[in-house]
Amino acid sequence: MRTGSRISPYLYILPALIIVICFRTIPILASFTASFADYDIGGFHGFVGFSNYERMLTDARFWNSVSNTVFFVLGVVPAGIAIPLLLAMLLRGDLRGKAFYRTIYFLPVVTSAVAVSVVWTWLFKPEAGPVNGVIMALGGDPLMWLREPRGIFEMMLSPLGLNPKGIFAGPSLALVSLMIVSVWKSIGYNTVLFLAGLENISNTYYEAAKLDGAGKWGTFRHVTWPLLSPTTFYVLIMSTIASFQTFALVYVMTPPPGGGPLGTTNVIVFYLFQKAFDRFDIGYASAISVFLFIVLLFLTIIQRRFGERRVHYS
Amino acid sequence: MRSRQIIRQVLLLVGGIIMLMPFIWMISTSLEQGGLQNYVEAWTRVPFGTYFLNTLLVTSLTLIGVLITSSLAAYSFGTMEYPGRDKLFLLFLSTMMVPQPVYLAPSYVLLAKLGWVDTYLALIVPWITNVFSIFLLRQHFMTLPKSLYEAARLDGCSRFGYLWRVALPLSKSVIATIMLFNVIGSWNSFMWPLVVTHSEKLRVLQVGLSYFNQEQSSNYQLLMAASTFSILPLLLLFLLAQKHLVASYSRSGLKD
Repeated sequence: MRTGSRISPYLYILPALIIVICFRTIPILASFTASFADYDIGGFHGFVGFSNYERMLTDARFWNSVSNTVFFVLGVVPAGIAIPLLLAMLLRGDLRGKAFYRTIYFLPVVTSAVAVSVVWTWLFKPEAGPVNGVIMALGGDPLMWLREPRGIFEMMLSPLGLNPKGIFAGPSLALVSLMIVSVWKSIGYNTVLFLAGLENISNTYYEAAKLDGAGKWGTFRHVTWPLLSPTTFYVLIMSTIASFQTFALVYVMTPPPGGGPLGTTNVIVFYLFQKAFDRFDIGYASAISVFLFIVLLFLTIIQRRFGERRVHYS
Repeated sequence: MRSRQIIRQVLLLVGGIIMLMPFIWMISTSLEQGGLQNYVEAWTRVPFGTYFLNTLLVTSLTLIGVLITSSLAAYSFGTMEYPGRDKLFLLFLSTMMVPQPVYLAPSYVLLAKLGWVDTYLALIVPWITNVFSIFLLRQHFMTLPKSLYEAARLDGCSRFGYLWRVALPLSKSVIATIMLFNVIGSWNSFMWPLVVTHSEKLRVLQVGLSYFNQEQSSNYQLLMAASTFSILPLLLLFLLAQKHLVASYSRSGLKD
């Protein structure tokens, strides 16, 4: 064989390889290395062992960002499964205007997070915003939405004389507003995934269920839900991973730029961003990155391990 | 049966209206008071023309880069046999498991060392390869029959000629998917350009819109007009290619 053809397979991957190594592999490894270093605006000051991680453990703002993120994920993911599943059930099969509905529901998915945030900031505006307009037209009291630092459980329970504190106060209404936008933006995408999952379920199962005299709910409970579980699981893990990385909504919708009233919308990626680019505290920001990476890697591994085994390729 | 259809239609229609409401409010607010004049006003108050051109430039050059590097790499990974191939492919795939925020800070330091901060290079070069695109195209190239390759070579087609004249023309659908994903990804990307550029003349649309939002926070007519024209290009692309796009999303299960 000529030398040319022996090295040419490598030449074909070379352009991609250079970019991957320079702008993915090296920064990723550097992130791990920097997490063990004292690296700030003055540059590299040597390695400091685990002290960035120790600092993380005692940093109340960091744990606040973790709990905000967990609230966010716990709010967005279940809603991002329930609503799209219902919509996919409604859209399944022959239906007039199916393509039309799919277009409408999918529209927010391709719209940029920044534009979506600008528009929803207006919708949620406490004075004269359309959302409060609707609430007042229905006889309710206007809310502060994105500017409300009080927890939603606190707000709901305080008329009853209860006053839950700390984590029991729940996510702030500001954070819940961000959850609403996030769910609205991802409904179309998850619906499309569920629709594909539903259409993969063979009709013979439904015919069998009918012969057994199963009702609507019984059919859903014993046929649709179990056979759809690979899709549900995929949506669950993928939305969790995506929700853990929320940034643009927080940055644009909750000023002073980002972080929201009393830091109640400061999520982990936003905190990481602040540390890295407002303070240029690269060492500490890298430790937070590694923490984030480990959480997401754990989720990815669960998805690979359990997802693939349970997928039905029928 | 008939009433069940009606209930479905009603539920879907109500849901659809709720989904559309923010867009309707956006457009109606953008036309309040000044009418179309609001669009002119928003466009000229800050250099949105520059932001558009920057975004267009970054999106198209990134796309060209992705198409070239992905076709070449996918061709090698998918059709050739050589030592180290699978390890190299694993190296590529492993980078897909690490989300961008994790390596954002070191990337910035690296760009600073290269002297690329606040240049077009920083906006474009790191993104002219996309591992997911390589993956999609490789999967497709692997399905092409080997006999096709042998026949083409017998006819005097060179190795590169086979890629250019046979394999790529047989991959139009995958390439369309790659183009759509990458255009949407670059057009909407926000965190990266926010971090790696500072000067106004290098601002892309998303960053420009976010600054405009901070500066004009009470001027809702202008903000809604700016939001409308900044989502318009992708909206048109989506309406033109929606069938293919929705199918691509549902097949590959990938979100930007």
